[in-house]
Amino acid sequence: MLGRGILRGLMETWRNFQGSYYDPARLTTVQYPEEKLPPLENARTIPFLIYDGEDPLAGLRCTACSICAVECPAHCIEIVKDTAKKPDYLGRMQFHPKVFNIDMAVCMECGICAEVCPFDSIKMDRVFELSRDGRRMVLQMRDLAKPNHYFRQIHPTEAAAVDAARAEEQRKAQAKKAASSVPAAS
Amino acid sequence: MIAPPPELQNDLLEIAMGPHHPSTHGVFRMNVVLDGETVVKLTPVFGYLHRNHEKIAEKNSYLASIPYTDRLDYICSMTNNWAYVLSVEKLAGLAVPERAEYIRVIVGELTRLQNHACLAGFLLQDMGALGTPLMYAFREREKILDLFESLSGSRMMCNYLRFSGCRCDLPDGWLEQALEVATGFDSFLDQFEALLTENEILRARSEGVGVLPPGLAVNAGVTGPGLRASGVNYDIRKVDQYGIYNRFKFRVPLGERGDVFDRYMVRILEMRESLKILDQALHDIPAGPVLDPKVRLRNLRPKPGEAYGRIESPKGELGFYLISDGGPAPYRYRVRPPSLVNLTVLEEMCLGHTIADVVIILGSVDIVLGEVDR
Repeated sequence: MLGRGILRGLMETWRNFQGSYYDPARLTTVQYPEEKLPPLENARTIPFLIYDGEDPLAGLRCTACSICAVECPAHCIEIVKDTAKKPDYLGRMQFHPKVFNIDMAVCMECGICAEVCPFDSIKMDRVFELSRDGRRMVLQMRDLAKPNHYFRQIHPTEAAAVDAARAEEQRKAQAKKAASSVPAAS
Repeated sequence: MIAPPPELQNDLLEIAMGPHHPSTHGVFRMNVVLDGETVVKLTPVFGYLHRNHEKIAEKNSYLASIPYTDRLDYICSMTNNWAYVLSVEKLAGLAVPERAEYIRVIVGELTRLQNHACLAGFLLQDMGALGTPLMYAFREREKILDLFESLSGSRMMCNYLRFSGCRCDLPDGWLEQALEVATGFDSFLDQFEALLTENEILRARSEGVGVLPPGLAVNAGVTGPGLRASGVNYDIRKVDQYGIYNRFKFRVPLGERGDVFDRYMVRILEMRESLKILDQALHDIPAGPVLDPKVRLRNLRPKPGEAYGRIESPKGELGFYLISDGGPAPYRYRVRPPSLVNLTVLEEMCLGHTIADVVIILGSVDIVLGEVDR
């Protein structure tokens, strides 16, 4: 019968329309600024730099090795090495960045920098409400630095693994130091 | 009605359709020559979204090109990743762990589901079913994007596959969630078909429009659902059996006439076959590593040589041709985009039809301009 297909389709629309009042499978809209979905642990937006301790700039884990700047597909990271060396968490002397800029107009949030960083220093944030006053698109070290407990809060699984690995390294380094210092003292 | 003066009666009208036309699916322009409402000539104009993808990839390292491939066909970033890493694996001779192969099949088929759902929604919207089918399709696509986000961190620009595996393992509960989505998708397809497939207006609008003869399709190099709708049995998942596709039982749906309706229907049937593959893969996936730890992702320097890796992406044959000179970046990097090649027969499909049909013929070809212009 001509028109049967149309009627069948309209029945489907009617079922959907009705369902949109009570069926949870059809109530899919989230009223965004008032309601928000729970954030996902793996979600990534922009990169940030982790620091240990209290002072954001003194505690940065970054050693200005520039691997992220070289590997960045969009080449949006600019690093200038500081001349002085400082001891890192294992007591090794390391360089630190004097300038660490990320051009957010160019960054495409792919996460390659976090993936290649050998010092677990740069990680992906999950903030997404990034609008603000002004036109400053280049984020500097001070804007990028975020504490380790923030990392633990947003990516608990990954942060736990990183912290455990670092504690293990630290323990080994101390044991080695103790072993080498004992004969010297005797 | 006032008849036009005789000197204007045989005049042809040339229209630049696009690049800002809402039905051209992106920044694509067609120069259409019309006799009345009938198309007598059609010239596609590409290049509005050119981003120098190939040259950028020849400067960047092998790893750094993966995020750029996401942005080729921005609806199916997972399959783009897959085609690229497949050719790098061929070039460097890398093996892929078993679990990673299964994950690739799962995300690849999920990508096919969401691409075809989108396409069906957009095509029906082009035919005049405004909004409703598209919103139903997007509601379902959203669930797949949620899966991708919890897996890879991003909804569309996944950047998930790596040479010799995947970037990270599946999060807890992901497989159950994926199984739930796949189960729900079947009933969505029933619903979607009840909505419009039998609709008399849609049938009258799309049957016999934009016929692509099989001979022309083969000669022009058309691949994917567009080719299979013309009745040519050619699916790279069956022909090449790349990855582990030889382990799954699925059929390749074929069309008969090669018109717009067949191209729509082939995609609906393909989604059902994808669900079968997903069902098998989600149940069979073994435990194990997802990335070979010995492979150096960062300083990959394949031996001099060349490789062509291709997969059956949702839009057709997506291939990457790489030449290595032993350096950290490919010497030559070439993409074989399915959308661009499928578009080359647009004029033959449109000739003799009205300008309103051009919109649905273009819609049924399934293009994404990020891939056409690169």
